[in-house]
Amino acid sequence: MSARGSGRSAFVALSLAIFKGFLRDKGAVFFSLVFPLMFLVLFGGVFSDQDQSKVDLIQVGEVRLVDDLPDGVDDAFAQTFDVTTSDDLDDALEQVRKGDADVAIEQRGDELVAHYTQTEQVKAAITQGTLSAFVDATNVAQLAAESGREPTYSFKAERVEDESLTAIQFVTPGLLGWAVAMSAAFGAAATLQGWRQSKLLRRLQLSPVRTSTMVAARIAVTVAVALIQMTIFLGLGAAAFGLTLTGSWWMAVPVLVVGTLCFMSIGLLAGAIAKTTEGAVNMANFFVLPMAFLSGSFFPLDTAPGWLRAVSNLLPLKHLNQAMLDVMVRGEGPASALVPIAILGGFAVVVTLVAARLFRWDTT
Amino acid sequence: MPAIVIDDLAKSYGELTAVDGVSLEVGEGEFFGILGPNGAGKTTLLEMVEGLRRPDRGNATVLGLPVWPRNADLLPRVGVQLQASAFFERLTAREQLRTFASLYSVPHTAADEWLERVGLLDKADTRVEDLSGGQGQRLSIACALVHDPEVVFLDEPTAALDPQARRNLWDLLSGLNDSGRTVVLTTHYMDEAEVLCDRVAIMDGGRVLQVDSPAALVRTLDAPARITVAPGAVAVEEARGMVGVDDAHESVDGVVLTTRSPGRVLALLAERDRLDGVRVQAGTLEDVFLDLTGRAYRA
Ligand SMILES: Nc1ncnc2c1ncn2[C@@H]1O[C@H](COP(=O)(O)OP(=O)(O)OP(=O)(O)O)[C@@H](O)[C@H]1O
Ligand SMILES: [Mg+2]
Repeated sequence: MSARGSGRSAFVALSLAIFKGFLRDKGAVFFSLVFPLMFLVLFGGVFSDQDQSKVDLIQVGEVRLVDDLPDGVDDAFAQTFDVTTSDDLDDALEQVRKGDADVAIEQRGDELVAHYTQTEQVKAAITQGTLSAFVDATNVAQLAAESGREPTYSFKAERVEDESLTAIQFVTPGLLGWAVAMSAAFGAAATLQGWRQSKLLRRLQLSPVRTSTMVAARIAVTVAVALIQMTIFLGLGAAAFGLTLTGSWWMAVPVLVVGTLCFMSIGLLAGAIAKTTEGAVNMANFFVLPMAFLSGSFFPLDTAPGWLRAVSNLLPLKHLNQAMLDVMVRGEGPASALVPIAILGGFAVVVTLVAARLFRWDTT
Repeated sequence: MPAIVIDDLAKSYGELTAVDGVSLEVGEGEFFGILGPNGAGKTTLLEMVEGLRRPDRGNATVLGLPVWPRNADLLPRVGVQLQASAFFERLTAREQLRTFASLYSVPHTAADEWLERVGLLDKADTRVEDLSGGQGQRLSIACALVHDPEVVFLDEPTAALDPQARRNLWDLLSGLNDSGRTVVLTTHYMDEAEVLCDRVAIMDGGRVLQVDSPAALVRTLDAPARITVAPGAVAVEEARGMVGVDDAHESVDGVVLTTRSPGRVLALLAERDRLDGVRVQAGTLEDVFLDLTGRAYRA
């Protein structure tokens, strides 16, 4: 049998062994897939709730104001209020009292009467202000119509989300970056330590498998896990939270691969320094978690102070997040990812060299 | 040509000299034992011969090839069981063995055959973490043999096994060199070495004290035989007075007579019709070991 053939069968066997080991490690699966997904659901859910947080309004009987809203203003009204109609004032008031609805309105002659509670002060203020604004706008429009003159001022509502990014667009790349960083670093750290503790590394040294084959198998599995993470994140984001990807999102794949290598090297460093498996995982956590906060995985850095942004530029995760954000949701071209890829690759090379210097086959 | 040649190997860890100039030759097809108490340097010696540790001094060849530095031509011809079992995490026994088979470019059928040979077929789908100590040892031995190596090194294959499991494993081990394979094993157990090994090296303090077949070692020691007589059959005083008896003392099983001419003493006992429940124990490797190391036996 040829040396190349045996190398390939060893590579496949090692990759399979590592991948099965990963899938059966409940802790690893939880922290690389389930845990980040919980954040995605949380962030995606919280922010999309905020988008559609309308005021629930019960219209009791006929309310001419609502029917007579002038053009343009009726759109704005529909965006602010969720209108249901009812004929029973007492029932409507009861609903408001219980908090099922925010406000009930009825018309008494020319007067618009709004019933609301003060328990939710912010919503009460919004309701009060908005309703009187609509009354004013309608009055103005009617006066203008009667006098035959155009009003001097007019009102137009425009949503801002189209201009910048909605929440899900922003959080998905950042959380994905964090998830990949975490599982790559933990995986490398824990495997290295685990194999060393269990003497497997020494046993493998005595098999004809080349060290490069062992390394390649470990990398292949980690990259495969990263691509699985990406598929699940993008799939769930698109299906459940309305994530829409922009043109060159595919460029996120090479970004993710290089990012994975970079964080594996950090995991290797942790594994090389630490003496135990737990120590290695803790050390990887120590590197990655603060980095996630400083690299825009959990909140945007756009509004962060200048010094913080300067620090974040030194962190590989920042560049991973940035590159994925640019190509996946900001509509930047594929070329925008080249510099971050180079930075991540550079990090990977340097950190791997340091880890290799510190590495010992044996714990003693 | 000997399968293994060890020439003046030495290794120190800081101040401590773990192996202190060991030279040995192991013939092809031989079953060779390294016997010694804890810390004697058995594992260190074995790891140097396997090519896992770099010796401070001396060198070793296996199948005519130097073992250091790592020799990719030699490795497929050698099988190794390390003292601590080395498994892929969370794989089942079968997956474990198949993975090792693939590392040596051996078909999976070989892995499944070995699973059967070491009696683990019914544990094929059990994860390695859930195997008992003895099952783990057997799997570990199978992993060392799956590629049918010409030379195998087994470091304490029967450690931590109950006596029954040890004897079961002996059956497996004793057949290993039938096909001309060379086997080197370390052990603390004298009975194990006596049963399995063609020759043993007795090691202590990093040195080899003696090398020979177990029978020859016992012979050269000229160890006395021990004859145990049923309680009450002979008084200690009377026994001491018998011709050929060197010493006698009481024990829980009866009176133990130490003698260098057991035939004569047995004849005397027969004359007096005191043979009921008599037991004769010849000198054992254990006596040799104690004599050589001067240490308490710490199996
Ligand atoms: N990596 C190491 N670093 C320092 N000292 C070591 C190391 N490995 C072994 N030693 C020491 O070297 C001596 C020989 O150890 P070795 O493991 O070779 O003994 P052994 O005969 O295999 O013992 P056992 O029967 O307990 O397995 C011991 O005193 C041990 O403490
Ligand atoms: Mg040992």
